[in-house]
Amino acid sequence: MTAPLIITRELRKSYALGGLEVQALRGVSLEIGGGEFVAVMGPSGSGKSTFMNLLGCLDTPSGGEYLLAGERVSGLGSDALAAIRNRRIGFVFQNFNLLARTSALENIALPLLYCGVPAAERERRAAARLAEVGLAERGHHHPAQLSGGQQQRVAIARALINDPVLILADEPTGALDTLTSCEVMALLQQLNRRGMTVVLVTHERDIAEFAQRVVTFRDGRVVEDHRVAAPRDAAAMAAQLRAEAGVQP
Amino acid sequence: MRIALRALRINKLRSALTMLGIIIGVAAVITMIAVGSGAQERIESQIKGLGTNLIILMPGSTTTGGVRMGAGSRNTLTEEDGYAIQRDIPAVQASAPTLRGTGQVVGGSGNWSTVFQGVTPEFFEARNWVVAQGRGLEPQDIAGSAKVALLGDTVARNLFGDSDPIGQTVRIRKVPFIVIGTLERKGQSLMGQDQDDIILMPISTARNRVLGQASGRLRTVGSVSIKVRDGEDMKAAEEQIRELLRQRHRLQPGQEDDFSLRNLSEVLAAREESSRIMGLLLAAVASVSLLVGGIGIMNIMLVSVTERTREIGLRMAVGARGRDILTQFLVEATTLALIGGLLGIALGVGGTVAIGQFAGWPIQLSMEPVLLAVGFAAAIGIFFGFYPARKASRLLPIEALRYE
Repeated sequence: MTAPLIITRELRKSYALGGLEVQALRGVSLEIGGGEFVAVMGPSGSGKSTFMNLLGCLDTPSGGEYLLAGERVSGLGSDALAAIRNRRIGFVFQNFNLLARTSALENIALPLLYCGVPAAERERRAAARLAEVGLAERGHHHPAQLSGGQQQRVAIARALINDPVLILADEPTGALDTLTSCEVMALLQQLNRRGMTVVLVTHERDIAEFAQRVVTFRDGRVVEDHRVAAPRDAAAMAAQLRAEAGVQP
Repeated sequence: MRIALRALRINKLRSALTMLGIIIGVAAVITMIAVGSGAQERIESQIKGLGTNLIILMPGSTTTGGVRMGAGSRNTLTEEDGYAIQRDIPAVQASAPTLRGTGQVVGGSGNWSTVFQGVTPEFFEARNWVVAQGRGLEPQDIAGSAKVALLGDTVARNLFGDSDPIGQTVRIRKVPFIVIGTLERKGQSLMGQDQDDIILMPISTARNRVLGQASGRLRTVGSVSIKVRDGEDMKAAEEQIRELLRQRHRLQPGQEDDFSLRNLSEVLAAREESSRIMGLLLAAVASVSLLVGGIGIMNIMLVSVTERTREIGLRMAVGARGRDILTQFLVEATTLALIGGLLGIALGVGGTVAIGQFAGWPIQLSMEPVLLAVGFAAAIGIFFGFYPARKASRLLPIEALRYE
């Protein structure tokens, strides 16, 4: 493991909900090294999603400190946070969050729109990323014309477009069947092997077992943090599932 | 820009309906201004045609047993008054005493009921009449009570159609006249009367041979048309005329005038003013429609922001700043307004031309209201798009993403 990519110290978040103050995070201190594959688990209301949002700079903490690649992120303004999201973090969502009636290529190129990359360059890079996730010939399809797994792969290509240091995946398999889930996880594992740091939120133990490290949240605190001795190989599982169902790869 | 166009294309019907408000507003503004300024233009040209410095002198009213009759009911004005004004007041360019009568005129291929006026040569100058064909009246026609007449365009066409009336004989109240000329068309007067339905003849002929007034009595006239020289003060000229007439009529100080002076250009100026106000009013009504159109844009943009909250959240998640979102929605609203504005211009110009063609109203299209309308449409887009756009840009990325 290299130097920690993510450092949180006593990270807190509270919401005012109907006049009541709800403590979603009650002081989380965690270090995630560059190149790790971490699964964040916990029941709903455990604070794992809040934690993810803070990691992704989508939300600002109420207290504590957050450093991303040595840079103090907590306390930055909204434009600075937008720039970090744009260049350093790739998001993968449960419901894909692709723009409807917009081609796969344009969806992938969306982040480049916000950092001033010219149109021709955007298209070239989007096409390259699309090929990486194995959908080269689907570039002009709209999300509605793609299967769930394909949509998630487009979303992963979008997350990768700006060469981020961190992929945040929030229940990326929540809307997919087992085989497609395995395929998506295989893609994430493959990225991780090439050095990408991946943080995954899930409530499925099966999915968490693809990661190298599992952090469990409960009531806004980390209650368990262990390394997985031998992470499961998603590619192999997908192959096995395909063989069982008699589906061509 | 491309994002904005795409967003508008996706909701074609909605965009079209939203634009409709702007389209109608802009079209209405353009049409109203064109029609309004057309009407004004016509009045102005009528003022010019009439002569801006025309004063009409009429006899005063009579009182019979306490009942006052209307202006002109008294025979206090004479032909000599008219000549005296011409002679004694230097500010007057032409003073033309006129006798007026109506009667049936027979000639050429038919007959026609019309107005005839007994006039002097000065009349042409005073009232801006131009002889189209033939000749005008000469002093010797007046002196000799010549039975000659000039026909207005309407009369000439009704009696002679397309054939040449010059030299032909017409009978006015059974008195035969030789047609010596025709008058240039003047068109309708402000009151909607056909000014070309007229016959002009020497004043002496009218008095002696047609109206049959006994000579020797005071040679009374119905009115005197007085044209004041260019550059002379109308008010001062009017005062001089009043002074002269009071003297001639031997009126004591304190005694009422037995005549009335009317400055027609004042009447016209008032009319022009009222048409201008009318035009402004119409434009104001049309502007309300523009305003409503703008509110329509705001409404749709608000709906659009709510509907696309997740999209906004996603865009923010991948790095769009508040400013990028603001720009996107602002451009969308402005594009909507501008396209609407351009279509509105097309419709407005088309409508204006159609009104000009079918209703025969005078129209005057100019560049200014068109530019004004486009500018206004863009301003509406920015103004009414700003609030929804700002609302969108202020969304928190995490809340926008979670929005169901």
